[in-house]
Amino acid sequence: MEQLLNDYTLRTVTLGTAILGAVSGALGTFAVLRRQSLLGDAVSHAALPGIGLAFILTGSKASLVLMVGAGLAGWFATAIVLLITAGTRVKYDSALGLVLSVFFGAGLVVLTYIQRYPNANQAGLDSFLFGQAASLIVADVITMTILGGVALAALLLFWKEFKVLAFDPEFAHSLVLPVRWLDIGLTTLLVVAIVIGLQTVGVVLMSAMIIAPATAARQWTDHLGVMTLVSMVTGALCGVGGALLSTSISNLPTGPTIVVCATGFVVISMLFAPLRGIIWQRIRRTVQNRELRSESVLLDLFELARTHDDLTYPHMEPALRVIHPQRGTLYRQLRRLQGKGLVQMHQNGAWALTPDGVRVCDQLRKDRIG
Amino acid sequence: MSTFQLEIQLVATVVAAACALPGTFLVLRRMAMMSDAISHAILPGIVVGFFLTGNLSSPLLILGGAAAGLLTVVLVEWIRKTNRVREDAAIGLVFSSLFAVGVILIARFARDIHLDTDAVLLGELAFVPFDRLILAGRDLGPQALYAMGMAGILCLGFILLFYKELKLATFDRALCATLGFLPGILHYALMGLISMTAVAAFDAVGSILVVALMVGPPVSAYLITNRFGYMILYSVALGMTASIAGYWIAHLLDASIAGCMAVMVGVQFAVLFCIAPEQGVLAAWKRRRHQKWQFAIKMLVIHLLQHEATPEADRECRMDHLQDHMAWEAAFAEGVVSRAVSQNFLNTVGEYLELTTEGRELAREAIIHT
Repeated sequence: MEQLLNDYTLRTVTLGTAILGAVSGALGTFAVLRRQSLLGDAVSHAALPGIGLAFILTGSKASLVLMVGAGLAGWFATAIVLLITAGTRVKYDSALGLVLSVFFGAGLVVLTYIQRYPNANQAGLDSFLFGQAASLIVADVITMTILGGVALAALLLFWKEFKVLAFDPEFAHSLVLPVRWLDIGLTTLLVVAIVIGLQTVGVVLMSAMIIAPATAARQWTDHLGVMTLVSMVTGALCGVGGALLSTSISNLPTGPTIVVCATGFVVISMLFAPLRGIIWQRIRRTVQNRELRSESVLLDLFELARTHDDLTYPHMEPALRVIHPQRGTLYRQLRRLQGKGLVQMHQNGAWALTPDGVRVCDQLRKDRIG
Repeated sequence: MSTFQLEIQLVATVVAAACALPGTFLVLRRMAMMSDAISHAILPGIVVGFFLTGNLSSPLLILGGAAAGLLTVVLVEWIRKTNRVREDAAIGLVFSSLFAVGVILIARFARDIHLDTDAVLLGELAFVPFDRLILAGRDLGPQALYAMGMAGILCLGFILLFYKELKLATFDRALCATLGFLPGILHYALMGLISMTAVAAFDAVGSILVVALMVGPPVSAYLITNRFGYMILYSVALGMTASIAGYWIAHLLDASIAGCMAVMVGVQFAVLFCIAPEQGVLAAWKRRRHQKWQFAIKMLVIHLLQHEATPEADRECRMDHLQDHMAWEAAFAEGVVSRAVSQNFLNTVGEYLELTTEGRELAREAIIHT
């Protein structure tokens, strides 16, 4: 912590990764809900030629210039994916794969062209491939903050519209909302979020920053606003955690560390989130199964007693075992029921319902039939 | 052309063919993005394989990579089955975290070896001829040629052997399962082949070109044929031509070979996207235009049929009346009439329009069918 406050570079990097985590977390929420998770992957790969071309055209390595180039290329790639899926029978996934690889290939061509450029200033462009968090400077962070701030403000401004668009585009249409423009707008915001992170996390891993925080957040809540907030916080935490971890351990690259943190969040959320968590669901199911099993033993005892005049008529265990062949289970259930005071054991080892047990059985039978 | 160049092209065409074969299935099964996922996720497998053997050219590396590829498939399937994360998000999460783990492993433990993340992602075809297979003192040609050749032959053998089962599993998974052909096993076998091909190819062409060659040629072939067998053949042919064309363009521009090949894959698609006989944009435009005129002609003959031999015929069946009645522009009305005349559906007598027998027939048919 002390190091964080004193070390200038570390502070810059951590701030940058936190901002990128928060912005991609927020926009990722919508991408994941709209089944555009892999669009992020395509956009980030497709940004590469944009970065190269922006450098060739301007000769500048200022992050704003490169980000604009990356954004335009990413946006163009999205438009082509739409054009392909709308114009032919080619499916969305194929269009994504095609555009992603072709744009990336074009990016490689541009980068190799730049390498032969007489300008020695090109070094560092390939850091976009895997990201170079350590190269973040204050100017970069300011650019990221402004772009991210604008994107988040736009998200907030059109919150209602985007919400309708994400969950029920047809309904949005019936409200006479400009669905097409909203779609383009939201996708543009996603492109902005991706572009902000490219320099830090790199082309390949940026898609994880879009998907992971949102997927983790999804497990904890069914409310869009809460999900977006949780996703932003998760993203920011991953960013900070990744940056801190990678400085405290040598040879630990920042981008991949952030991604591994984010994956960790997803795994924890999938396992432990209160309602959707796999662990809780297992526990709930086990409890329910046990409940059902002991209910069925109780009802069987009731059925057997019904053949006599007395509903609390005792029966020996073998009679019950005809219905419940697993001796251990049967015995456990009888003990449980006994503990609840619903059955009792007579001296001769026979089991009978108590008056309480009879009442519960009546209620159960009514519930099940009703 | 030197042997050197010949060998590069030979390897490239073999890679293209080996990728296009299983790629066809990916595209048809809407799993194109799995190629992206697998080709990235093999990285940690290769790294672990390297740690175990200490040798970068050991066949164990291929096994490790293929295992990591299969692990991706299994994990994606497993996450999807929990019903907590959608498939696209699951794909994005799994491959990016595996890739991140690979990058971290390399950065921390394998800094000083040739296994470099750039090489995995980008490949370097130009170096392929330097890595030669030497057996009993004899130079048998580049090693990559044999690795890729093996992968290609395995793919081809698998497809030939299980052609009809694969076809069935691809187009009607439910029927395939009903008939007892185990689509699940076929699926994993196919994914295993894809992983293996991706691993064998990554060293030579890089993972992105693997995606381009697995998705691009089959998507292009999908535009020009409706037959499964032809689609496979066309994809292989398209992939091979793209790689040779890409090589020579890279030669001309002195740029990345893999990048140029990916771009050529994109160019192929763009061309077919425009001019494909049925699926192409041009063909669709022509079809729509034709339909527009044919529809107008039908409307015209129906109109004429309704009014011919009635008292209003003189007023209704006139050229100049069409603008009012059909709300057609004068030029459009003229176009419709001249097309109808040339197709022998009506005759013009001055301004008066007179149906021919064919015209009446067409009108009656149109009325019945609408």
